[in-house]
Amino acid sequence: MGVDFIYPEFEVIRNESRCIACRVCERQCANEVHFFSPERGIMMSDETKCVDCQRCVSLCPTRALKIIRSDCALRENANWPDSTIKEIYRQASSGGVLLSSMGTPKAYPVYWDKIVINASQVTNPSIDPLREPMETRVTLGKKPDKIRRGEDGRIVYELPPQISLSMPILFSAMSYGSLSYNAHASLARAAEELGILYNTGEGGLHEDFYCYGPNTIVQVASGRFGVHMDYLKAGSAIEIKIGQGAKPGIGGHLPGTKIVGDISRTRMIPEGTDAISPAPHHDIYSIEDLRQLVFSLKEAINYSKPIIVKVAAVHNIAAIASGIARSGADIIAIDGIRGGTGAAPTRIRDNVGIPIELALAAVDQRLREEGIRNNVSLVIGGSVRSSTDVVKAIALGADACYIATSALLALGCHLCRTCHTGKCNWGIATQNPELVKRLNPDIGSKRLVNLMTAWRHEIMELMGGMGINSIEALRGNRLMLRGVGLTEKELEILGISHAGE
Amino acid sequence: MLINAGEMDHKKLNDAIRHCSSGCTITDCCGQRFIAAGMDGKDIKIHGVPGNALGAYLNGGTIEVMGSAQDAVGDTMNDGAILIHGNIGDVAGYAMRGGKIFVNGDAGYRTGINMKAYQDKKPLMVIGGKAGSFLGEYQAGGVIIVLNLFTPQEKIVGYFPGTGMHGGKMFLRSECRDVVFPKQVVVRSADEADKKELRSYLVEFCDIFGYDIEYILSHHFTVLTPDTNNPYRQLYVAN
Repeated sequence: MGVDFIYPEFEVIRNESRCIACRVCERQCANEVHFFSPERGIMMSDETKCVDCQRCVSLCPTRALKIIRSDCALRENANWPDSTIKEIYRQASSGGVLLSSMGTPKAYPVYWDKIVINASQVTNPSIDPLREPMETRVTLGKKPDKIRRGEDGRIVYELPPQISLSMPILFSAMSYGSLSYNAHASLARAAEELGILYNTGEGGLHEDFYCYGPNTIVQVASGRFGVHMDYLKAGSAIEIKIGQGAKPGIGGHLPGTKIVGDISRTRMIPEGTDAISPAPHHDIYSIEDLRQLVFSLKEAINYSKPIIVKVAAVHNIAAIASGIARSGADIIAIDGIRGGTGAAPTRIRDNVGIPIELALAAVDQRLREEGIRNNVSLVIGGSVRSSTDVVKAIALGADACYIATSALLALGCHLCRTCHTGKCNWGIATQNPELVKRLNPDIGSKRLVNLMTAWRHEIMELMGGMGINSIEALRGNRLMLRGVGLTEKELEILGISHAGE
Repeated sequence: MLINAGEMDHKKLNDAIRHCSSGCTITDCCGQRFIAAGMDGKDIKIHGVPGNALGAYLNGGTIEVMGSAQDAVGDTMNDGAILIHGNIGDVAGYAMRGGKIFVNGDAGYRTGINMKAYQDKKPLMVIGGKAGSFLGEYQAGGVIIVLNLFTPQEKIVGYFPGTGMHGGKMFLRSECRDVVFPKQVVVRSADEADKKELRSYLVEFCDIFGYDIEYILSHHFTVLTPDTNNPYRQLYVAN
């Protein structure tokens, strides 16, 4: 109170003529915003606790509720926005590092929205995907430089290990612990049905999900939680996590209070102990050391699966990617500054890293120039929001895209950005059993399948429009893209022309 | 089975080891990396110098190196034993969750970083000589013992031992007057109960390398444990 008081960010508007005091809102809100007043016989609300997750709004049977942004504001100041001032109040009262969830809300340029896609007109025919075959399948992994023939003249088909996806999308790393059991179950089931992959994140693999192994990427991060031979052998690829777009350069710390039950079992650490992932892998201080970790994993699984190295998009990303491509990694994953997270220090999330579009274009260009583009596949993430973002990414040079926030939205996430509280009313980012069961994996996986199926159709339509009938022919095909309202330098980095050129 | 590693690269050598039914002796080992990575149930004796990441992800069995080994011995090891008659390089036992690493000689930097423990798994690392800086950084479980048997006039451990320690236990066979410890650890002298615990860890070590356990235990030991009142954490405020 007093100097520390911050007026609630949201207001609960209850239409008294519609409210029947059924108390659904009260039961649905883990933040305990709504309560019934017996004296007055009406529902009331404590707006200080509201996070605008819209759960009550969605479930109110009489549509009596809406949440609006409070207009109680500090005096307008372009240099000192409301949010900046309140962050100072929070830190002055607590002495704490600001902690946020999901991708940055800051208005960084979204280059996807400044790039337009080509279509065939007159000079070459477009293709109707409903009538003609259209290939969206991609294989990720190291490709051979040339065709080899054996002594009998026949082609030698020995390929380094590959992963095959029905469409150029994978569900990005989200750990069991940051996500609920049902959220993981939804992702795993959907990946299996779609013929794509999901990623365990660094929380280990729950014993119930080993059956989805062929559709699983297992992650090895600096804390090595849950990493053992059965785990390494369980998936169809292993990802070494160096960095994440939302928090490049820092480690992770899951407090002991969250290490309970299944979470403790899958991470293989005792209940109640802190799970600390150091900022770097302390066995990797150089590209040579990275090569050592890549090959130690390859040896451990006898070269049976591709190794992915995931990094955050940072300033010298092209040079870093070149190093990774030479480290023996089969796939490079790059995560941009707008990428999501279950919890990250606000300042790092909002200020460290670079947009994925620029990183992708720079990396693809550099690897081509050095003649090593086919040594690796390139997977990018960090806010891929639609089928057109995917098509643009592929035309800029990606082999496939990682999606996470889009997948969570399909599961019911309303992007209220309070995952770190553990009180997700949609049953996604929580371990509270009462909340977890709100997400039904049958429905969740179905919704993910719906989303991906729709995107796949759209990707085929877009490709058909360009007169392209295979993802392979779209990859790195920057002639299919034009910039709108971009500077010379931005166009140069993206390697595309301006619209009209 | 006898494997002459002289002309082999690490891939060939590991293939040869995989084909051994249970045990093998490797001669002329000359820096081959990743030996026995992820394997279990093999008893391997190595003559020569194995390269980095010896026994990474090791899941059981025994690796005995008659001389010295290089960096990243037993990285993310889960079970089994690695016995080194000579010295080891840096980052031994990184994130190991189970099994034991016994080193007769000295260990390099960053030994036992992020060592963990889980249920019946409690990793043990014993260093007969000295250890470098950052010993047991981020230690989350298990036991690290450093004995400094050969150069008692020198410092038993380098800088920053136990920084970020939040689990497990460390025993240093020294009064550690010349060692600076970080504030997240509780430093005390070993009592009778500690000595009893130490004995259980050291019996096998002394047996293998031929030391008198009474002589070793007669010396002063310093014990390090995490300070639960001063945990390794950042204070956050929800934003």
